[in-house]
Parts: sequence; C-alpha cells; structure tokens
Amino acid sequence: MSNTEWTDAAAIADLPEDDVIGMVVAGHDLALYNAGGEIFATDNICTHGHARLCEGFLDGHEIECPLHQGKFDVRTGQPTCAPVTEAIKSYPVKLEGGRVFLAIG
Amino acid sequence: MIADNIVIVGTGQAGGWAAQTLRKEGFAGRIVLVGNEPHIPYERPPLSKAVLLGEAPADSTYLVKREAFDELALDWRPGVRVTAIDRAAKRLALSVGEPIVYDKLILCNGGRARNLQVPGSDLPGIFTLRNIEDARALSQALVADKKLVVVGGGWIGLEVAASARKKGTAVTVVETMKRLCERTVPPEISEYLLGLHARHGTQVILGAGVSGFSLNAEGKLVVQLSDGRALVCDSVLVGIGMIPNDEPARAAGLACDGGIIVDAQCRTSDPDIFAAGDVASWHCDWAGRRMRLESWQNAQEQGIAAARSALGLEVDHQPLPWFWSDQYGVNLQIYGLPTSSQRVVARGAPGSDCFMLFYLDGNVINAALGPNAARDLRFARRLIEQRKVIDPERLADPQVPMSKL
Repeated sequence: MSNTEWTDAAAIADLPEDDVIGMVVAGHDLALYNAGGEIFATDNICTHGHARLCEGFLDGHEIECPLHQGKFDVRTGQPTCAPVTEAIKSYPVKLEGGRVFLAIG
Repeated sequence: MIADNIVIVGTGQAGGWAAQTLRKEGFAGRIVLVGNEPHIPYERPPLSKAVLLGEAPADSTYLVKREAFDELALDWRPGVRVTAIDRAAKRLALSVGEPIVYDKLILCNGGRARNLQVPGSDLPGIFTLRNIEDARALSQALVADKKLVVVGGGWIGLEVAASARKKGTAVTVVETMKRLCERTVPPEISEYLLGLHARHGTQVILGAGVSGFSLNAEGKLVVQLSDGRALVCDSVLVGIGMIPNDEPARAAGLACDGGIIVDAQCRTSDPDIFAAGDVASWHCDWAGRRMRLESWQNAQEQGIAAARSALGLEVDHQPLPWFWSDQYGVNLQIYGLPTSSQRVVARGAPGSDCFMLFYLDGNVINAALGPNAARDLRFARRLIEQRKVIDPERLADPQVPMSKL
C-alpha cells in the first residue's frame, strides 16, 4: 500500500455521529459514515435503484437505502438485505490529524 | 420429509426472490422455475416509469444479472404456463412440455391486467400495463402532440400519465370514483395528487365511467363516457386493477377467495403448496382482515417467506405494509393502511410539496404517508412498528425532529 494515494476528504468533526453524509471527492459521489466513531466510505449511489445512500438510514454498520430499504454493510460494501444483490464499492479510510483521507484510486 | 424438488410458478418479484432464497438458505436440490414470460425474474415498478420512457433498458429491472441468475442453477422454463395441478400425484401439467412433479410447490403467479368489458375494448391503440412487453408497446404511444386517455385514476394510471406528460403527450385521466386512488389513500392525498397532475397539464375527469370505444372517420379512437361526453384520442391505457391468476389453484381445490388463501407461513390449504405475492390472500394483522396486498414490498418479502417456509424454517409474514409511487419527480410513500376512521395528525401543510399525515389510535401511530418525506417517514415506520406512544402535538410540529419523538 506504499503507493496508495490518499485524498483529503473531510474533517472528522464534520461527520455526525451514527449518521451518513454525502460528498463529492475527486469527482466521485461518495457516502461517508460515522458508525460509533469508526469512519467508512462507499459509493453513494445504491446498486439497486440509483438512490443516494447519504439520504438513507445508518443503523450500526448497516446503511439502509432510502428508496427500497435494501441494506449494505458499510465496512465491506456487501449487501445484507433484499432487494440489493450487488455489493457497493467501499474505499479504504485513513484518519490523520483530525482529517479523513480516502484511497479512491 | 426434506424436500429435494421444489417448483416455483411465476417469475415476478415474488417468484424470483423465492428462488434466490431457497439457494441462499442452502437448498441444493432441484428448483424448477416456471414462468409465462420470456424474461428472468424482474421487478415491475420501472415499467410505468424509466422503462416506459426508454430511460432504462428492460433488463435493468432484472432482480439479478443474468450471470448471477445462471449461478442459481435453476431449471428455468420460460414462456410456460401451468395448466393444472394434480395434488394427489404432486404433478403439474404445463402448456409446453411434459408434466413435472414436485415435493413442494410455491405459487407466485401473480395476476393479469383487468380489461374493460365494454364495446370496442379490443380496438388497436388500447393498452394495459403489466409486463415488459406491455411497456414496450405502450411506449410507442407516448409521443409529443399525440393524445392519450388513461382509464383509471389509480397508481398505474397516474404514473403512466406522469410519464406521458414528460414525453409531451396530452393526457386525460378518467376515473369512475369521486377522487384519485380512493381505495388506498385518504382524501387529502387524493386532493394533492389532483393538484399535482393539474400543475403538469394532465386533465382529470372524476366520477365518469367509460361505456365504450370506437373509431371515428379520421381513424382516431373515441372514448365514450357514461355522462355522455366523448374524448377523441390516439391511444388509451386501461389501468383498472388486476385479476389474480388463482384459477389453477382453485381448479385443484385449494381454498381461494379472490386469491389463494394462505396463512402467515404462506401455506395454502395443502401443506405442500405455498403462495406469495399478488396472487396470495392472507390475514394482514395491520389491516385486521384478510387481503391481497399488491405491492412490490409484499411480493418480495412474501416470496422470501414462502421459500423459507417450504424449507421448514420459521416464518411469520406480517410486514408493515409499505408502498411508494413516483410521479413528476415527487416520491409519495405510505406506511401502514390509512383509514378515515382514525384520528389524523398533519405535519407540514397538506397540499404543499412536502408534508405528512399520521393516522392514530389514541397516541399510537398506525399509518403515515406523504410526498417527498422519505427520510422522516422512515422514522415514522419505526414508531409504527414499535407501537410507540407519542405526543401528537410534538408529532405535528415540524421543528421537532422525527428521530426525537
């Protein structure tokens, strides 16, 4: 991972606890999650119905899509509940100096 | 007995999820999937919207991609109907090919669009909408400067009207009842929908039936209304509901009553036969009565439940009914079954672009609905499911976050 390019995405303080926000980072529409103090990032557009996950419902480590209530594990992007069947892309996260860095690649 | 040969009839949302669920639960036996459509299982909501408009290809509605479907290793029989169920021999007669046997049978064969029984209803240019082929045919009618008459002011009719307006087609909706979507929403929402369609240039005629269709001298369709008026148009969509495909079940002696009767474990009156989705009628605790619930959510969740039940797993299918409709960029959602007999609390101004109505018994919410309020309604779902006692005054105050009730 020594060649990983880290992109400064946000201040940790900007991520509300146990919630999700959407932001565009280096041209990517992303959802950033603060799950009990742990930070995760995935693509923002649901693989099922093209809704924005940042308008969804974060419950523990699961994000529920606002449109059809499919769910993904925000740590891995794996689908955990119908109707989603395809994983969503998740991104490595690094926290440094109060900032959130993402490996968008 | 552990089943090793399960037959699923129907390739909509319910049948598709039943098949996937069997595999997900580790069932390694034979699964035959019989469907009278040429497609692998797909969802129907986009057929009145993105697919109808040509904004999304038909295969975008498939539940899973073709490769993932193939990995399920099903014995898929496209374009085949079940013509008879022999329960004693546990055997199905098919419209194409040899009879097939089953250990467990899951009926998810849905319904078909209801036709108007009036003179001229078979004229060209008169459409219904149920499957992908219907959507393809109807899409040809959505052309700028042409005129479409929609018969039926329910969800299908209104969504098609909204899609047609997006294409610049002139639209008139004709509804026999005094308000739109009368069976499913309270008057405030009917009023909201009426205003929404008026703002987008759709004409709505309420309280008028259709008595017949004919062609005039220019080859245009004429829709004859019961009040004596006549509407001239290029095409017609009839959206007046569906008829459940319960005939094979009825002929086989399964208990049916406007659909195949099942319990909360999706079992029919035959312990080896299950049913789910639009064709199934069960006692919905939220409604307090037996009903068919023609919704995407019910098709999915009951399909999953029926598959689990067929494998002998524990099931209690009582989801809080949830429904949505997209029209002109407005997303309307309904949780529970709103009825006019209960106390109603409004949050936001009814008629505005974003408001909610709550149906209460005492201080417990039974149902909630409204346009453009998906996130807040998601909190409402939790309050309904938990039967939480709330303060109606705080509920009515948009300044109090829904998460804090």
